[in-house]
Order: sequence, then C-alpha cells, then structure tokens
Amino acid sequence: MKTGAKILVESLQREGTEIIFGYPGGVVLPIYDELYDSSLRHILVRHEQAAAHAADGYARASGRVGVCLATSGPGACNLVTGIATAYMDSVPIVALTGQVPTNLLGNDAFQESDITGITLPITKHNYLVKNTADLSRTIQEAFYIAGTGRPGPVLVDIPKDVSTSSVKDVPVPEKVELRGYNPTYHGHKRQIEKALQLIAKAERPVIYAGGGVILSNASAELIQVATMLGIPITTTLMGIGAIPGDHPLNLGMLGMHGTEYANFAITECDLLFAIGVRFDDRVTGKTETFAANAKIIHIDVDPAEIGKNKRVDVPIVGDVKAVLSDMLTCLKKTGVHDAWIKKIQHWKQHHPLKCPDDGGLHPQFIIRQMSEMLGGDAVIVSEVGQNQMWTAQHFSFKHPRTWITSGGLGTMGYGLPAAMGAHFARPDLPVFDVAGDGSIQMNIQEFGTIAHYNIPVKIAILNNRYLGMVRQWQELFYDRRYSYTELPAVEFVKIANAYGIEGIKVESPEDVKPALQASLDCNGPFVIDFRVEREENVFPMVPAGAAINEMIGGHPR
Amino acid sequence: MKQHTLSILVENKAGVLSRVSGLFSRRGFNIESLAVGPCEEPGMSRITIVAIADDDKVEQIMKQLNKLIDVIKVSDLTGSPRVERELALIKVTAELGTSRAEIMQIAEIFRAAIVDVSPKSIILQVIGDTEKINAMETLLRQYGIKEFVRTGTVGILRGSKGVPGGK
Ligand SMILES: Cc1ncc(C[n+]2csc(CCOP(=O)(O)OP(=O)(O)O)c2C)c(N)n1
Ligand SMILES: [Mg+2]
Repeated sequence: MKTGAKILVESLQREGTEIIFGYPGGVVLPIYDELYDSSLRHILVRHEQAAAHAADGYARASGRVGVCLATSGPGACNLVTGIATAYMDSVPIVALTGQVPTNLLGNDAFQESDITGITLPITKHNYLVKNTADLSRTIQEAFYIAGTGRPGPVLVDIPKDVSTSSVKDVPVPEKVELRGYNPTYHGHKRQIEKALQLIAKAERPVIYAGGGVILSNASAELIQVATMLGIPITTTLMGIGAIPGDHPLNLGMLGMHGTEYANFAITECDLLFAIGVRFDDRVTGKTETFAANAKIIHIDVDPAEIGKNKRVDVPIVGDVKAVLSDMLTCLKKTGVHDAWIKKIQHWKQHHPLKCPDDGGLHPQFIIRQMSEMLGGDAVIVSEVGQNQMWTAQHFSFKHPRTWITSGGLGTMGYGLPAAMGAHFARPDLPVFDVAGDGSIQMNIQEFGTIAHYNIPVKIAILNNRYLGMVRQWQELFYDRRYSYTELPAVEFVKIANAYGIEGIKVESPEDVKPALQASLDCNGPFVIDFRVEREENVFPMVPAGAAINEMIGGHPR
Repeated sequence: MKQHTLSILVENKAGVLSRVSGLFSRRGFNIESLAVGPCEEPGMSRITIVAIADDDKVEQIMKQLNKLIDVIKVSDLTGSPRVERELALIKVTAELGTSRAEIMQIAEIFRAAIVDVSPKSIILQVIGDTEKINAMETLLRQYGIKEFVRTGTVGILRGSKGVPGGK
C-alpha cells in the first residue's frame, strides 16, 4: 500500500521529472512531507506565478515537460497567469494543485477554488483526481498530453484525501492510449508533393517560420530545406533561434517590429512557405495585404491553425520535423532565385535596423554589446515591452531554445522566473533576463529565490523609468499624453543588495562592456541597472491594422 | 450565416459538457439548442448542438472541438439527409367547452399526445422538427400557454451509415 502523495512523487520521477518549482500550503502538506526526503529537487519560489513561469522557462530551454506545484485556492489562482502564458505559446508544463478534500468539494470550503473550471480555457486539458487509484495513470496521461502533438499546459488538481489515502500500487500501461487524442505527425504524401511543385515554380519564395519549428526541434531540417532551395527565412518572435542570426538566408523577425526587409519580402513574395506559425495579428498586420500575391503552403501539427486567419493553398497537417524530413528525402537542389535574392540583399543593405550612436546610453547598443560578448552561447530571456523587442531585433541568436520570451500572452513579469527555470535546464550556459523597469517589478520578489539557491541569472534592466512600450504608443498615437506610464526612479542595485545579490548601475556606453563582464565573472546572480535614454522608440513599427510594408521609423524607400 | 447541426461524440466524463459548451461561448457562438445523453457506445455520450454561424466559423469550431481530449468525433450533419427531432411539452389553458375541443383537434393534426388533463388545463406532448413545434406553439397561443418546455434538437443521418468524419 502507498499513499497518494508517494504515488505522485514516484509518478513524477517515472515521467523523468528532475525538478519542480512550488510553494506549500495546507492541502499539499502530505505532498510536501513526501518531498522532504525525496531525491526529486524542489525549488521554493516566492510567488506561485513564478513557479509556473519557471516550469515554463525550464520546458522551453530543455524541450522537456516542466512541473510546478501549488496549494489550493490562492496558490492555484496565482498559477493562472503562468498557465495562460504557457498555453498561448504551446509550452508543455504540468501544473499540480492541491484541492480541498473530496467530501468538501463544492462546499465553499476554506481555500477552495474551482481551479479546473478556472483553467478550462487556458489548459490543453485538466483533471480533478477523485480516487488515489487513478493518480498514477492521470500523471502519466498529463505528461503525455502536455508533451505531444501541439504541446501545452495540463493541470492536475489533487484533493487532500487523495494524497493521504493509500492504495495498492497499480502499474501504469506501457503506452498511453486516448481515443480522443491522436495527433497527426506525418504529413500527407500528396500534399507534400503539391507543396514541392509549388516551390519549384516560385520565383520569389519566402519561408515564414515560427515557434512550431523550435517546439518540434526542426531547426536543422529547416535550414537544410532552405539552403537546398535557396529560400530566405523570416522568423516570428517565437521562431527566433531557428536559424542563426548571421546566416545569409536569415531575414530576421517579421511583423509589427520586424525588419523592413522581412516585411518587404513578405509583401512581394509569390510563395509563402509557412512553417509552425499561426498568422497572429502582430505578424500579419492587415491580413488582406499580408503576402497578398503569394500562394501559401502551411505546415502545422494543429489542424485548427490551418486556414484560421488566412486562406491556404496547400495545407499540411503534421509535425514540422517529420514533414520537413519527408520533404528532404525527395528534394532536388533547385533554388536559384538570383533576381529575388539580389533584391533582398539590396533591401538588407539599405534598410538595416537602426542603432543610434550619439554618445547616449541606448538600449539597442546594450543588446548589441551583449550579443557580441556572448556570441550566441547563452540563454536570453526577456520581459515584455520595448526591452523584449530590442532584444529580439538586435541580439544575434545562434541556437534554438536560447531565446525565451512570452509571445502570445505578452506577460510582464515572465522573464525573471522563466530565467530561473532556464538555468536548471541549461546550467552550462549563462542565462540573462533582459528586463524593463516596469516588468521586473512584477515578479521582483524572485530576487529572493535566486539569492536563496544562488541561481546565477544575470538581470539586465533597461531602466527607462517608463512603461516604455505603452509610452511609445502614447507618443505616436495619443499626442504624447503620457497617461500613467511614467515610473519613479528605483535603485535596483539597492534592492538586489538587500537580497544579498550583487549589482551595478551603468550610465554611460563605455561602462556597458565592463558591467556585462562583471556579471559574467560573478558566479551567482547579478543585477545591472542600465539607465538608458528614456524616450527611445522601437522601430520600425507597423501601426495596428496597417499593412506590414507600411512601417514608420524605417528608412526612406 | 446558416443553421448547423453538429453531432459530437464524447467520453462521458465529468465536465465534458462545460468543455464543449464553453468552447462555443468563448469563440462567440450562440447555441440555439443543445441535447445530450448516453448513446450506443458504453461510456460515451452524444451531444447534438444547433448553432447559427458562417461555414468557415463552423469549420474552425469543429477543429477546436476535435482538440478536446474527451471529444471522440465531431460531425456536421447539415449537408446530409437526416432526421431531426425535438420534443415539446405544452401546458395550455383549456376550460371545459369549445376551446378544449379545438385544442384537442389541433393536437390531432400535429399528432401530439395528451399526457395530462385537469379541469383548467391540458398538457400536450409533441415531437417534430423545430418548425413543426414552432407552428404548433403559434396555433395554441390564442388559448393561453401556461408553460412551454422543449428539449434540444437531436439528429441522426438517414440510411445505414453512421455519422461521417471524426478524428
Ligand atoms: C501583466 C501585464 N500588464 C500590462 C501589460 C501591458 N504592457 C505591455 S508593455 C508594458 C510596459 C512595460 O514596461 P517595462 O517593463 O518598463 O518595459 P519597457 O517597455 O519600458 O522596456 C505594459 C504595461 C502587459 N504586457 N503585461
Ligand atoms: Mg521601462
């Protein structure tokens, strides 16, 4: 006989879990008691939202399922933003929550909340376990659902008596079989052939690659296909890292803050090869003019993404890696689009991203310095806002899973806890959180966690004393009426010091490199408070609802 | 915009109805009618939902429904020859005398059954498609409808074939 708590911990280990991020409370006491002398590592965060983001950061950096744990009621509710963040970006996490005992369910018991009801629209699936005998099997299913097909968060709600009761150990099946869940991995042969025919006929093809490429670990296949066919690649915010920043075929990011050349290429292409993307409005701008003259091929593992926002000529439902591999087996080296490549080269030359150089401390310059120093061998996590966009634009990534950001939900406060999680996935790499002064204060209590466990996350705050991205919109579209977007100065180094973390304030460009070096030389966490130009804007920018080639802040055409 | 009848085979698990109906409301669909009950397969239920929407929106909601783990199969019956029925119970004011006779005549025309009689009212049970039931309601209104309850529509394809499509 084994208690539910013991079964839970053993099930997690059976599924390969090495670390969980959590926070205790009444109904999870039995689980915490089991963790006390378990070999399963547990990191005590300072707020449950951070536990969910840390599990998410761990999952994104490692490609494995991340795990977080919270108590019922307030603990479970604090996970919600983190679960929604993972849901929007298709990140595999298993969120475990305690629940009031089954005999009190529905009674408005102390710290009861209907967390399966609350998370219904933001989980791939969720469970309320009512019998200890079902626990082991449920955990197995939860991991399977979270990590396969289009990944996503799964929540398992565990009433206290389910943790405390004992049952005979029931072995789980070798393989999970769920009648209502059968993701398609291999693309339809005929569709693949049709796609290849379209590609062969194209004169101005572009690949539009997204988070699906990263999730399916298909970056090598992507680059191989693109190189053989001679097709330039633009990536979404989530697809960054799929192709090295300095690769000759890389056009950088497209969309609202994309490069001019990526947006021009999309607008003028005659074939759009969309891979693991979802035609988000931040990418397409006005959908009618997005790749308006192109035939569209779309690969995605989720059939619901195909044709959702844009009509597609050749849909291919399947796992990106599997489909691209199948394509490679029947691919002949074609790929001479000389005139097109030349045109793109011309755009690249005449419309590069701008980096002001007037002696001021500009955020773009800081990111470029970081990029130069780290050479792509680091995990870069960001918060949300201008800091995020500048990092996406100016850091040259070399590998997939080294760029970690909240794309779909755009969750301020994501970065620091996600960076903690990423460290445990990639202890071999330096991990940076590029932060805004607004965002960092949304989960600044996690300074406590990184100090407690000496997690060597480096926090680079681009401190403009504004909710900068919102201020930018107010400047451009609301007549510079800065309504509630100015923040008072905060001495972040002092806050860091109070937690026992080292830090440094930087006010001029020549101090950037030494400060970054100091952060790398420190073997624990480190905070750099960059006092940047306050009213810097992220350019180019496609105003909401405009066509993506109608950018402001670019170069004259 | 067109009326669609969707037949959804689901695992008979706690919360499955709210998963399905929640998807409709979240994606901006109004459900015209909904009926659910156990079906030919043990442990499964079939949900019939009638909704009014554009074809491409319906395609999207069907794809989203298919993503629910507890949903086994989703079919749009709309284009195919099918039988659709709902059942209504109508409590009509019927004092003894001519009105009562007239009501019983209407019932006969609609092949409705009289399932309860009291000195002041009778209860009719009618089965048919939505239009038939609406028509009957219209006719009975002049006598005074005290209460009117109807099930959602259930639908089934004609012929020996089961519902098409699925995962
Ligand atoms: C939790 C949350 N609340 C509000 C927003 C809206 N929002 C987007 S960017 C932004 C400003 C971010 O400010 P800061 O972190 O200082 O970054 P900056 O843009 O200045 O680099 C806000 C408020 C959000 N994305 N997330
Ligand atoms: Mg700021």
